Amino acid sequence: MTVQFTIDGLEVKAKEGEHLLDVARRHGIDIPSLCHHEAVEPIGACRVCLVEVRSGQKTTITTSCNFLVEDGIEVHTDTAEVRKHRAMNLELLLARAPKSDVVRKLASASGVTRTRFEPLAYEPLPNCILCELCVRTCDMLGHHALTTVGRGDKKRIGLPFNKPSDNCVGCASCLSVCPTQCISVKDTPTQRAIWGQKHDFILCKVCGAPVITKKHRDFAISEKGLPEDYYDTCEKCKQSAASKRFASVVW
Amino acid sequence: MSRTPKLDKKLISSILQQHKAGDASALVNVLHDLQAHLRYLPQEALEMAADHLGVSYAQMYGVATFYEGFHFKPRGEHVVTICMGTACHVRGAPRLLEQAERDLNVESGGTTKDLMFSLEQVNCVGACALGPLAIVDGTYKGSMTPAKLSNLLKKMHKKGKK
Repeated sequence: MTVQFTIDGLEVKAKEGEHLLDVARRHGIDIPSLCHHEAVEPIGACRVCLVEVRSGQKTTITTSCNFLVEDGIEVHTDTAEVRKHRAMNLELLLARAPKSDVVRKLASASGVTRTRFEPLAYEPLPNCILCELCVRTCDMLGHHALTTVGRGDKKRIGLPFNKPSDNCVGCASCLSVCPTQCISVKDTPTQRAIWGQKHDFILCKVCGAPVITKKHRDFAISEKGLPEDYYDTCEKCKQSAASKRFASVVW
Repeated sequence: MSRTPKLDKKLISSILQQHKAGDASALVNVLHDLQAHLRYLPQEALEMAADHLGVSYAQMYGVATFYEGFHFKPRGEHVVTICMGTACHVRGAPRLLEQAERDLNVESGGTTKDLMFSLEQVNCVGACALGPLAIVDGTYKGSMTPAKLSNLLKKMHKKGKK
């Protein structure tokens, strides 16, 4: 079913069950966010994507990433109220991740350059804002290595018992989605160090560049049913081999 | 010598069998049952429980750490809890805690090396009229004094050594 509503005065149509942030971005309306990723379910963790939703007599300030669109609502993304609450949330995030460029940039865009709150950064992820995007991504990919540990001001992202996890394949997807890029991944030409363990790379049989970690390959081949030799060569070499094949057919 | 309950995989299995396999909603109940039998939640038990319930081991650990009541290190055979609520506090609970810490040579929240005692403090158990209050293995001991507590711990220690 289609629903119809307005965002900042613009008439938009969306499917029932869609989230407000996705609809807004599709229509070119920018709402800042940190913990949103189209690949995983939104959980409204960072509280940056606040909007004002008016429905009849009721006005609410809510996170747009996990707000299901409704017929006839009136959405405002840049009212004084929204700006005020977003600035407060960013000030809190600044206490969490004082050294994160992304957070600082967003905060200064909202007029927040310093935080009145006690620093809450924690080691070894000093810029972690606990958005759980890494955990959600790890789960979605079927690895289930990461989790939140503890709660309240002692909450952390980590591994069970703080020990290297058998489930971690070293894909580094956690880092690639991390809004503050706070997860430590160190690559050498043959090895990757991540979450307290080292993974050997499979090296491209043609050019010798690292293709994927061995454990990740084994996981991908057994779980996703890829051919055994799928990761023998790197993407670049695969492409150039394919284009050579193509060229030999054409000419 | 070690009083750590030896990890009995059969016991863990039998605890898990009391819960329906694949029923993730039983997660917290399973954690409670495991801790009731093992006194803490060892890694192996969490792994087996995760398998049984069909949730990830990481999630199992994440949920368990969310609650203060779950422990991940072996705990003492006897748990001594000192109430530090306002009523107990003004009647000398801090001295009780100090006495217990000295006698057991362990800080609040810790467990003795021989795994006989765990010492804990709690912010109020709602039995303010009985204060100052020590709770020994679930039994409320009211109007406690450092001397009485000391004797009690000594007795328990003697009994435990036999």
